[in-house]
Amino acid sequence: MTTSPPRDAGFISPGRGAGLVDVYQRRYLLSLLVRKEVQVRYRGSVLGWAWSYVKPAAQFAVFFIALGIFLRLNQSQVNYPIYLFSGIILVNLYIEAFSNSTRSLVDNGALIKKIFLPRELFPVSSTIVAFVNFLPQLVILLVVCLVVGWSPQPVQVLGILLGVLIVLVLAIGLGMLFGAANVSFRDSQNFVELIVMVVVWASPVLYPFAQVREVFPDWLIVVYQLNPITAAVELFHAGFWYPTTGGAGRLPENLVMYGLIGLGVALITLAVGQLVFRRLEGRFAQDL
Amino acid sequence: MPRTSEPATRATERIIVDGVSKRFLLRHTHSLKETAIAALRRRPLSSSFDALHDVSFRIEHGESVALLGFNGSGKSTLLKLIAGVLRPDAGEVLTRGRVAGLIEVGAGFHPELSGRENVYLNAAILGMSRTEIEARFDEIVAFSEIEEFIDTEVKNYSSGMFLRLAFAVAIHTEVDVLLIDEILSVGDEPFQRKCLAKIRERHGEGRTLVVVSHDLDMVADLCDRGIVISKGRLTFDGETHEAVRRMRA
Repeated sequence: MTTSPPRDAGFISPGRGAGLVDVYQRRYLLSLLVRKEVQVRYRGSVLGWAWSYVKPAAQFAVFFIALGIFLRLNQSQVNYPIYLFSGIILVNLYIEAFSNSTRSLVDNGALIKKIFLPRELFPVSSTIVAFVNFLPQLVILLVVCLVVGWSPQPVQVLGILLGVLIVLVLAIGLGMLFGAANVSFRDSQNFVELIVMVVVWASPVLYPFAQVREVFPDWLIVVYQLNPITAAVELFHAGFWYPTTGGAGRLPENLVMYGLIGLGVALITLAVGQLVFRRLEGRFAQDL
Repeated sequence: MPRTSEPATRATERIIVDGVSKRFLLRHTHSLKETAIAALRRRPLSSSFDALHDVSFRIEHGESVALLGFNGSGKSTLLKLIAGVLRPDAGEVLTRGRVAGLIEVGAGFHPELSGRENVYLNAAILGMSRTEIEARFDEIVAFSEIEEFIDTEVKNYSSGMFLRLAFAVAIHTEVDVLLIDEILSVGDEPFQRKCLAKIRERHGEGRTLVVVSHDLDMVADLCDRGIVISKGRLTFDGETHEAVRRMRA
């Protein structure tokens, strides 16, 4: 009789979604997943959410003592504490979002094996959770900046938002890429740990950009600045640190251009991540 | 006499399984290093086995169908293909309407969250919207019979309480096709009877049922149609009691 199934309205192939578009469609579920992670995060600990202040505070203290005092960056760089802290919290956001979303599929394996839902939900929700964790640190930075006398231009505030956007888009894109690979090869998450270790040193977070320029040839400076995280960190410096220096601070040129290039790189990464994710997705349930 | 101009039965179908095969690749290596070494030594990187081979059937709206077979026959694989968890290697699976599974009740539960939070989370995982969950919340809790513990963390529940709540969420989801795997693992006997009654009620409302179970008597009672899978091939498709007889033969 009929050999090929009818393809009239309403029939779908189960298990084939529309990727990130589906994540938007299921945003109520996304919000519940994020809320779950945020609630569960510090449950059973006495300090609770205070941990998200303690950890960056300790990290800041270590770097400030070692680099600011011992290596005297506090003398050579104006308002070095603000320079340091604004860079660190942004890189922390990136590191947490990237490594959590890489592990998110394996961590939610029990669910992925049993129920079909858009699997992109997991890297995306991990990234949003990292963003929620970033907010208290951002509040501290804002308070410190205001105390020191922060009065940014609107364009600098836009730069801050662009910096956060670059970091989030890049983290989701790389998280999907390495997360999908991690399902079959757990090497992926170890590799990401390695990348993450380098990230904080590969951008001007701990040291001033001017010192890089003194050493690097011009072409290498360009390569250095093409790193989207470098662009995002410099946008943060321009938004938070620079307005507190009263014009004494120095920023790299072409900040806006490198910011937009960074966003472009992040968007391309997201597209590649989504593409690879969809190719590997069919095997998730059986490989986990 | 049906007139030829009448539309074909296509609009009433819920599930179409057409020439479906599923092959599992068992990977013997789990890291790049192992893969590289195995490749260098020319050892096989993986072996495969056929879980399903050229299976075809159609399920109409409102039918109740049992998938029968012994352990390893491929029936759970078939259910996972219909749910979209797995994808076929050959052939095609098509579904119409919202399909949700009680494939493993409680898969999305988190022990650190309260019963209430878990109801919302799990119902959303099964595809319900916020308004649908809110509208059915009281009904779900009443069915589970654990009202007084609903704000307690699930890790403090007994396994029976946990299964009741998980089943209550799954059975109350707004779906057109309900996929059920091993329902009788749920709770004590009175609760099992209640679950069965609820499943019948949902079927009575016009939902399509696809059931996998080893309890042949229960399945013969619940379903009108039985599909027997043996070693990945469809060996019988027809009335359930007849299907069960063949299983026992």
